[in-house]
Amino acid sequence: MSTQAQGAAETPGGPTVELTLRFDGRPLKAAPGQSVGGALAAHGITAWRSTRKGARPRGLFCGIGVCFDCLVTVDGAANQRACLVEVRDGMQIDGSYPQAEGDRQ
Amino acid sequence: MSPGKVGSIMKADVAVVGAGPAGLAAAVAAAEAGALVAVVDAGAQPGGQFWRHRPETVVPEPDGSGHHGWRSYVDLRARFDAARRRGQIIYLPGLQVWMPEKNDAGFTLHTTPAVARARSEDAATNDPAGSGAGNGPAGSGTVVARRLVLCPGGYDRQLPVPGWELPGVMAAGGIQAFLKGNGTLPGRRFVVAGTGPFLLPVAAGIAEAGGQVLAVLESSSPAAWLPHLRAAAGVPEKALEGAEYAAVFARHRIPYRTRSIVTEILGQDRASGVRTAKVDADGRVRPGTEGVYDDVDVVGFGWGFTPQMELPVALGADTRLDADGSLVGIVDERQESSIPGLFLAGEVTGVGGASLAVIEGLTAGAAAARERAADKADASRATRHRRFAEAMHHAHPVPAAWQEWLTPDTTVCRCEEVTASQITEARDTLGARDSRSLKSFTRAGMGWCQGRVCGFAAGCLAAGQRVSASAQSLSDAAKRPLGAPVSIGELASLETDS
Ligand SMILES: Cc1cc2nc3c(=O)[nH]c(=O)nc-3n(C[C@H](O)[C@H](O)[C@H](O)COP(=O)(O)OP(=O)(O)OC[C@H]3O[C@@H](n4cnc5c(N)ncnc54)[C@H](O)[C@@H]3O)c2cc1C
Ligand code: FES
Repeated sequence: MSTQAQGAAETPGGPTVELTLRFDGRPLKAAPGQSVGGALAAHGITAWRSTRKGARPRGLFCGIGVCFDCLVTVDGAANQRACLVEVRDGMQIDGSYPQAEGDRQ
Repeated sequence: MSPGKVGSIMKADVAVVGAGPAGLAAAVAAAEAGALVAVVDAGAQPGGQFWRHRPETVVPEPDGSGHHGWRSYVDLRARFDAARRRGQIIYLPGLQVWMPEKNDAGFTLHTTPAVARARSEDAATNDPAGSGAGNGPAGSGTVVARRLVLCPGGYDRQLPVPGWELPGVMAAGGIQAFLKGNGTLPGRRFVVAGTGPFLLPVAAGIAEAGGQVLAVLESSSPAAWLPHLRAAAGVPEKALEGAEYAAVFARHRIPYRTRSIVTEILGQDRASGVRTAKVDADGRVRPGTEGVYDDVDVVGFGWGFTPQMELPVALGADTRLDADGSLVGIVDERQESSIPGLFLAGEVTGVGGASLAVIEGLTAGAAAARERAADKADASRATRHRRFAEAMHHAHPVPAAWQEWLTPDTTVCRCEEVTASQITEARDTLGARDSRSLKSFTRAGMGWCQGRVCGFAAGCLAAGQRVSASAQSLSDAAKRPLGAPVSIGELASLETDS
């Protein structure tokens, strides 16, 4: 499991494929079929949006596209819902909440 | 619309919004009755919330593990795919209806992509019917149909509690959706809280996937079911499901604590623990019963469900308050609303679970395809399920005293970061007693989610202590200028479309 993206469930009948994303400029492994939110959570990243008023951290909440708490920039397209967007190899993901070193597993 | 074209128009006899249990059933029934059906769904593949599964591009033949009623899904899906092959169902996934209109032609639906498309996907593809993908990744487009069946489902109802805005706090259904969609868990150590039988599959799903459920906290008590046992006995499959969950709870030693609530989420920048307490029948905290769970990653909350009423409300359909305090659409025995030609099925006619949603969808689809009375057997099954749902709502109410759990600085509107004291002040000093005046005085419900998450709670707070939100207030809250955020270009295209 160590070389494989965390949370990469084995595809029945096939080897586990790996994708690489860039999150806030850093490479991050993901598995096909994961949502952006799913891939971030698999690395222990729980917050990527900063609220407008209080600059408070936010991440997944409703999980189904209703709450807009999980907004993220995907390949330059702002305000995308991380719970709905499926990962693609080479995808650039940018959050608005500063990630502290050591937040990742 | 020719697949993939932006701003194009497609015409059908019957349009169905939603491809969950209700929408799939409605589409299949309408197509099998001979109608040309267009199905618009925000999801990327069929299933809705209940039958959400991993992307079929990755797991082409899901085995239905972790699902209930999967056989019913497989049957509906086969009929759905067959109708697509016959050209009778045009499936438009990944599109969100942001505005419905009633006009001479029937109904017009304006849509927008749920997810921005990658540049590489811009070329239209026409996937074979039967794949989870639809008839081309359509750009924003317009659907025109003589009849309309709305099956938009719902989402977890929430009550604010101190600290619920911290990352790591999720909707209970959101945890379930995460698991069903990704095949993994959003954390390791969970507490699940709120009320209703739906907390059971959430906790069981977490445990079966390898997560640790520290506790399930249920505000109600099993004794609350006693007056409703006859209604419960009418739907024996529910008792069977309950027994399955009980077995999973026993196997994983999941503590199920009744008359218990989370009073506060602990943590600085993410949830790290919860404070809990026992409550009385009204939900008032019993002093001396406080406890703490440490080292918690994810807290899941579910207080029943809120039906997505914006589309029915935008079209002017008559509504009522259901037994659970939710605003729902009024329909006749054919699922037709007060607007001729507009049918409603699934959670929007009352939260009642997937089996009822399927029965209602079948009835609505057949009726929308041609004038037809409801099937008698379906009607009596639907009645039994509705009695069960009503019993469930009475046994698992939102605790009357929930407002007492709030502190003055508890966030109520997560988007605009409006606190409980700002809302009660607007109520007491400015007379904001309904969701509409609350919006203008405090901005509660004016943010990205347009009040979907806080609408119920804010409406109750405005109404006052121990009062639930009125139908009028909830209906005002569901009047959203747009069903989804859209671009200026899409707004401008309205002039030429209609
Ligand atoms: C997150 C979540 C998880 C759940 N998990 C379970 C569970 O594990 N077990 C259980 O018993 N019950 C569960 N439920 C309850 C269950 O989902 C419902 O009882 C059932 O799905 C209702 O079926 P439906 O067809 O009415 O709606 P849904 O299944 O919700 O389907 C509605 C569909 O309509 C689409 N839609 C909504 N609005 C629009 C729009 N404007 N434009 C285009 N498309 C739109 C949605 O994307 C969705 O695909 C869950 C509910 C939620 C919200
Ligand atoms: S988690 Fe709510 S919209 Fe993504």
